[in-house]
Amino acid sequence: MSGFRIENQVARGRLVSFTFENVTLQAHEGEGLAAALSVSGVLSVRRAPADQGPRGAFCFMGTCQECVVLIKGERTESCRVAVREGLEVRAVR
Amino acid sequence: MSASYDVIVVGGGPAGVAAALQAASRGLKTLILDEGEAAGGQVYRPPSRGLQGLPSDADTASGALLRARLADSNVVRAFGRRVWNIEPGFRVYSVTANDAEEAAAPALILATGTIERFVPVPGWTLPGVIGLAAATALLKSQRIVPGRRVVVAGVGPLLPFVAASIVSAGGTVAAIVDANGRTEWLNRLPRLLFSSGRLLARGARWMSTLVRHRVPIYSGHAIGAFEGIERVERAHVLPVDDEGAPRPGNAPITIDCDAVCYGYGLAPSIEAAKLLGAQCVLDADLGGWRARTDDRGATDVPGLYVCGDGGGVLGAAAAPLSGRIAALAAAQHLGRLGEDELLRLISPLQRQQRAAARFGAAMTSLTTPKRGQIALIPPDTIVCRCEGITRGAIDQAVADGSRTLDELKSVTRCGMGPCTGRYCMDTAARLIAARTDLAESQIVPVSVRPPLRPVPIAALTSGFRYEDLPRPEPAPL
Repeated sequence: MSGFRIENQVARGRLVSFTFENVTLQAHEGEGLAAALSVSGVLSVRRAPADQGPRGAFCFMGTCQECVVLIKGERTESCRVAVREGLEVRAVR
Repeated sequence: MSASYDVIVVGGGPAGVAAALQAASRGLKTLILDEGEAAGGQVYRPPSRGLQGLPSDADTASGALLRARLADSNVVRAFGRRVWNIEPGFRVYSVTANDAEEAAAPALILATGTIERFVPVPGWTLPGVIGLAAATALLKSQRIVPGRRVVVAGVGPLLPFVAASIVSAGGTVAAIVDANGRTEWLNRLPRLLFSSGRLLARGARWMSTLVRHRVPIYSGHAIGAFEGIERVERAHVLPVDDEGAPRPGNAPITIDCDAVCYGYGLAPSIEAAKLLGAQCVLDADLGGWRARTDDRGATDVPGLYVCGDGGGVLGAAAAPLSGRIAALAAAQHLGRLGEDELLRLISPLQRQQRAAARFGAAMTSLTTPKRGQIALIPPDTIVCRCEGITRGAIDQAVADGSRTLDELKSVTRCGMGPCTGRYCMDTAARLIAARTDLAESQIVPVSVRPPLRPVPIAALTSGFRYEDLPRPEPAPL
């Protein structure tokens, strides 16, 4: 179980495919990546360096840095990136 | 790349936008910067790209109006830009993912909003536990509900707002866990009745939605722990006393859930003001430490102004008024407005601001931290999420002599991670106060140094290529 999109009265961008750790997922174009991952059931996106615990989006506004992922090798806050067709997302190691 | 302005506004929420519009209307060359993709801040957060046909609620309409007014103005807009450093005088440095810019102005208005406070408990780092403010971001800008069975926990007005939004969207709220008792809400009713009828009616609509959906409300209870393997699966709930401490001898109530929206109120974001040397004061009923200002938003630093919730959490109705007051004061500082004219213009705004602030102040006082809350934090609980620093490590450092947040940070690394201490320092200060004879007002906020926020090195070195470095020929052997 995970979060879900409100359907009533809401029109969204077209469905596009993106990958997280080479797994193909679908989301709406322009949707926030952290939100799209969470709706797809991907809540844990990294391991905390100190305690190795699972971590995922926490503040959804670019402050906490918990949702950081790698896009083209750059550490990027997934809550501040929009999903687009073919976006390749990796976990921070 | 450097551009000069009369006024720079940092923060594009209701306070910052009102300040920028007011400044531009006085003929000041004005720049507004915000890391969001468009104006609105958190309360009027713009919908993400691709979303259409949204149901029009009050916040959606206010946000659209604010963005339209800004687009029609002469204000220079720099959205999607993160401010990472500000130097006295003032020079504002910002970045996007791939470029860096600076801008200068003799007057600076900070409208940097708030940061959410938390009581760290075991399992609060589990994926699926998100902030109450995070939940509003998901609901407003993504139209996404955080879970199928959600626990909404903490204190303050975001509890009924988030819970009502979830059930209205077709989700299930497994429980609202409110650390305040019912009397603490009722005690504020008289103040609310004499402030904003519109906002009170809105609150009443949330409550009736919750009653209609039979949402269980645990008043006077707090989260003792979250549990789950790779994500949150259940919450343990404990009754708490008037000081927020767990009542002894009660077994926790366990509530299964797949998401949690959690938060203990909002505190002003003071980092930028502090970086520039503004004096700060502790004002617990307005959210915590805030920059000291006069009744025009002027700080102790000439030319530096603070407005909106970043100067004390008074809510979205008061924010634009404080923004306009600060902008007019800045115009006077720049010699573009006489003192008499300033007084004539701001006195009606100040009256309206005081009236609008009553509701917000009553709501914020529901979130004032209580002494007993730290009793909810067992020693092995992570307080600093970034560095994995536990309460036990912090208590030990205090026992070993740490008396300030700067000392504690040096000794333990608490607050040294990429969130720059925003989610732990508030708890750390309370832990120092609990173990010493220091009052919380004596435990000043941690020193601020640039970068204010994490910055990609590639953005700062934009255009720089290693191959372009002049390299002298190696000396012959």
